[in-house]
Amino acid sequence: MIDFGFALKQTRQENLDKVSLEKYHKLLELEPSFKRCFQCGNCSATCSARQFTDFSIRRVHTSFRRGEYDGLAQELRKCMLCGKCTLVCPRGVNLRSLIINMRQILDETEK
Amino acid sequence: MKKVAIIGAGPAGIEAASILARNGVEVTLFEKSETPLKNLQDKAFLFPNFQSAQEIIDDLSGKLLTDRITTAFGVDIADVKWQGAEWKLVDSKEQTYVADAVLIATGYQVFDAHRKEELGYGIYKGVITSLDMEQMIKHGKILNANGDEPKRVTFLQCVGSRDEKSGNHYCSKICCVTAVKQAIEVRKQLPKCEASVFYMDLRMWGQGFEEMYRTAQEKYGVSFVRGRISEAAGTFDGRVQLKSEDTLMGLPLKMNTDLLVLMVGMEASCGTKVLGKACDISGDYGFIKSVNPHLYDNETGKPGLFAAGTCKRPMSVSDSINDARSAALAIKDYLDTIKIEN
Ligand SMILES: Cc1cc2nc3c(=O)[nH]c(=O)nc-3n(C[C@H](O)[C@H](O)[C@H](O)COP(=O)(O)OP(=O)(O)OC[C@H]3O[C@@H](n4cnc5c(N)ncnc54)[C@H](O)[C@@H]3O)c2cc1C
Ligand code: SF4
Ligand code: SF4
Ligand code: SF4
Repeated sequence: MIDFGFALKQTRQENLDKVSLEKYHKLLELEPSFKRCFQCGNCSATCSARQFTDFSIRRVHTSFRRGEYDGLAQELRKCMLCGKCTLVCPRGVNLRSLIINMRQILDETEK
Repeated sequence: MKKVAIIGAGPAGIEAASILARNGVEVTLFEKSETPLKNLQDKAFLFPNFQSAQEIIDDLSGKLLTDRITTAFGVDIADVKWQGAEWKLVDSKEQTYVADAVLIATGYQVFDAHRKEELGYGIYKGVITSLDMEQMIKHGKILNANGDEPKRVTFLQCVGSRDEKSGNHYCSKICCVTAVKQAIEVRKQLPKCEASVFYMDLRMWGQGFEEMYRTAQEKYGVSFVRGRISEAAGTFDGRVQLKSEDTLMGLPLKMNTDLLVLMVGMEASCGTKVLGKACDISGDYGFIKSVNPHLYDNETGKPGLFAAGTCKRPMSVSDSINDARSAALAIKDYLDTIKIEN
């Protein structure tokens, strides 16, 4: 089978009328710098964890933004919190803090 | 006769000088270089119509050949101040000049690519700037680090623009279309060489720009990848290895290229920053701030002191020239009002 890299979710339609963005809004409250992300992919291009896995931090935070939370907690375990992404983000998003907050929000709701 | 001092002999300064002279004003045009139009001399062809930069230089230079314009080249103006009845200009050798009105047209300089160390400019010979590429195109010598014909040329947008790390949040406006222009030139001069452009957004705002983009895709086979290159490293054979994410595929991307062209942004020139500060008209990022971008875009808030062209913000040649024309009109109006008071 060809792996197209979309490991996080099945191919289906995004229904923006139905998703719940509650967790996403909470994330913005905790880490407002994320509002500025413009999807350049610099974070995932430079990511240390990406060198060894198919982890893409941009795909993860974009899924979070769209209210697609399935599998994200597991995916985020691949991150080593090295902070390299934070150093390169051209919009000054504090990614390390973003990741910690994403983990926390997902853990809380999974409990 | 009323006297106007214009600082900077770029397209903006020259156009304003010529219009004022034609309208009976005596103009002194100061330029710190020994020759005017320095920023066009290193260009080959200009977007959007691929007109040769030399033609524009010849046309603009011709406009200086009138008795009403005195050129002072090799003069670096260091200070401008209001002296109660007139403006006083001081150059770097402490020489002074006076004028009834002053137009600042001190332009831009390109972002220093050394500041983005991770992109390897000044470290790997295969990493060059858009200015270097402009000269290669002009001289018909597009060569890789080993002095051979490149097989692949890659352009990277937004270097030193839209980047918090460089301190420049703004978009430089002309580099998207410049990359498309240069990619087409590469394909014209070297039909066997691949050309790709890494972009975050392609900003084709001007007349003819979007058509250039279509032509680049359709006729010249230029490829466009949506992603920002995060790092560049040299390879043992003098090429450059890039790391990016293909954000449309959601996949990490690696590739080797012979030349990586950094599309450097436009910043306020040194002269712009110095004079903006001296006259207290400096705005964001050291560009000159106009009073009102809609209604009084050439006025600085100081009576008799005006600004035009890229000293205010990134602009194309045609926009700089248009802005200079409106500045000339504003200056003419101003001179008429002081005539009544005298
Ligand atoms: C790589 C690249 C490619 C480009 N290609 C195109 C293109 O294809 N088409 C297009 O339309 N535009 C292009 N541009 C943009 C174009 O160069 C500018 O729009 C244009 O040069 C702006 O004119 P200006 O008169 O405002 O400023 P400038 O050209 O910067 O002129 C300002 C002048 O002021 C002088 N000066 C500064 N300070 C002082 C001082 N204190 N005293 C005396 N003199 C001073 C400077 O020496 C300079 O000569 C390109 C830009 C770049 C970087
Ligand atoms: S902090 Fe995590 S996501 Fe960021 S670069 Fe390091 S491993 Fe990658
Ligand atoms: S580097 Fe910053 S702006 Fe770019 S995708 Fe990552 S978080 Fe968003
Ligand atoms: S014009 Fe294009 S390359 Fe230049 S800063 Fe704006 S988006 Fe980036």
